[in-house]
Amino acid sequence: MKILVCISKTPDTTSKIAFKDGNTKFEDAGVQWIINPYDEWYSLVRAIELKEKDASTIIHLVTVGGADCDPVIRKALALGGDEAIRVNTDSSDSFYIAAQIAEIAKQGNYDLVFTGKETIDYNGSSVGAMVAELIDAPYISLATKFELNGTTAIVNREIEGGEEVNEVALPVVVSCQKGVAEQRIPNMRGIMAARTKPLKVVEPTVVDTLTNIVSFELPPAKAGVKLVPADNVAELVRLLHEEAKAI
Amino acid sequence: MSVLIFIDQSEGHIKKSSLEVITYGVAVAKQLNVSAEGIVLGTVANDALIQLGKYGVQKIYHIANEKLNHVDAQLYAKQIADTATANNSSVIIISQNQTGKAIAGRVAAKLKAGLVAGAIALPDTTNGFVVKKSVFSGKAFANVNITSAIKVISLNPNSFHIKQTEGTAEIVTVNANVAEPKVKVTAVNKVSGEVPLTEAEIVVSGGRGLKGPENWGMLEELAKTLHAATACSRPVADAHWRPHHEHVGQTGIQVAPNLYIAIGISGAIQHLAGVNRSKVIVVINKDPEAPFFKAADYGIVGDAFEVVPKLTEEIKKLKTA
Ligand SMILES: Cc1cc2nc3c(=O)[nH]c(=O)nc-3n(C[C@H](O)[C@H](O)[C@H](O)COP(=O)(O)OP(=O)(O)OC[C@H]3O[C@@H](n4cnc5c(N)ncnc54)[C@H](O)[C@@H]3O)c2cc1C
Repeated sequence: MKILVCISKTPDTTSKIAFKDGNTKFEDAGVQWIINPYDEWYSLVRAIELKEKDASTIIHLVTVGGADCDPVIRKALALGGDEAIRVNTDSSDSFYIAAQIAEIAKQGNYDLVFTGKETIDYNGSSVGAMVAELIDAPYISLATKFELNGTTAIVNREIEGGEEVNEVALPVVVSCQKGVAEQRIPNMRGIMAARTKPLKVVEPTVVDTLTNIVSFELPPAKAGVKLVPADNVAELVRLLHEEAKAI
Repeated sequence: MSVLIFIDQSEGHIKKSSLEVITYGVAVAKQLNVSAEGIVLGTVANDALIQLGKYGVQKIYHIANEKLNHVDAQLYAKQIADTATANNSSVIIISQNQTGKAIAGRVAAKLKAGLVAGAIALPDTTNGFVVKKSVFSGKAFANVNITSAIKVISLNPNSFHIKQTEGTAEIVTVNANVAEPKVKVTAVNKVSGEVPLTEAEIVVSGGRGLKGPENWGMLEELAKTLHAATACSRPVADAHWRPHHEHVGQTGIQVAPNLYIAIGISGAIQHLAGVNRSKVIVVINKDPEAPFFKAADYGIVGDAFEVVPKLTEEIKKLKTA
């Protein structure tokens, strides 16, 4: 069993979001970078659990980004995984990124490609679907449970208003979210081992970029809260009905 | 040239998010001076489709193959991409709902089309083709230019108002070749009778301040009265007080209802990220310093156990008045 886990670096969830260069770039000064939580907590941990069940499993991590991704990739390796591949390029275009990952996926002949449900910075929820298309594999989105039975994957996935259970023969691309696994904390042994695990840097394949970010904006500030005394709930209902027209 | 709108259905029922994308797609078509066309996959009654003309869509391609009754990313993407190519569609519009998350990327990759996932406004075509989307889990927006000839936009649910006019749609039944699905659906578990969270106009959400799962009755009562969906903060889902699919926030579901009522939730930055696109936010919290009040439109500083039942009662009065 060969698993490819896609890892993305994102700003820590408490980061102040601000922009620079005339609102064209994310202000990264003082920002802590973390592994995208969906990649770390769910896809990576589930891959590690599968390896714990079957020691012959090989886990490769892949990230698309510059050398500034290396600390985050090492942190992922400290949790588990045998080696990491970094495609040395940067882009905000999901097609460009997916095409890089698809290239790695094709070369490595993986049985399973895991992505997180989305990244918490660009929130596209699209790279997994694109990779699946580019390698012509089935795609199961928004998984909440993932089991293997030989070479068949049994996956619960979120649909509108509920869940569906899917069965599919490998290879398959799966996007993971809550329910697939539980967050783990790396231990000292893992951190030491990660230092010597291979981190291969490869150059990108030539692919067109199909989108680019022109500018960023912050949402308009709220006008301020209107407080209603706790003993006058009727007033809140009146305001919601007459002023906000929300009920 | 045309705009092709993917109209999502479930068991023959056209979803609310589909009416949003139709309204949006019709507006894009008007902007580009091309026709607005729809595509429907799977079994749906013809009458229901003709009715969609009310929202401005002129023509609907219907591929009524039973193999398409379940969302299969691979099969769906192929049909949508083939239909787009056959009809010379330059813009494809999909809802960024659960189905959209399964297929939009695939459609885009198949057509080598630039994708803006999670759009919240119409494109600005004065200088390129720039679409505003939500980024950093609702903490900011990005304006993204699509440079490819074919463009795919997936629209965030609840970010575009449905507009009804008049008219009927011409239905074109297409007999397409549909391959055997590689993914087998072995079970479907739908929570019946509840309002789906991402489609809800009103969301009633509870946090750790409610002390335990046994206290959710009053929230459900309030939700029922408002015809609202229920949601919760992350620690509540982590403690299994409520199911995972109710967890909203940066690492859960992002919602943008008309009204979000937060009860016993402190308003941590990660929680706010998932709910701050709600149009009106009401906070009920006993701590006047709770950060959530800074993000709220209306608030009550008070004990949820006293305030919530009164609120339900007052709303019932309003509804029967
Ligand atoms: C990487 C990361 C990702 C995260 N993602 C998310 C996410 O997606 N969603 C999310 O929600 N959280 C997320 N969190 C957790 C977040 O930081 C907060 O811990 C969490 O939102 C707090 O939940 P809470 O408001 O229910 O509980 P608390 O913070 O414990 O707040 C309880 C509130 O209830 C009030 N209260 C108590 N009793 C009463 C009463 N009787 N009546 C009225 N009010 C009362 C208190 O005053 C308090 O404000 C994330 C954290 C991290 C580190």
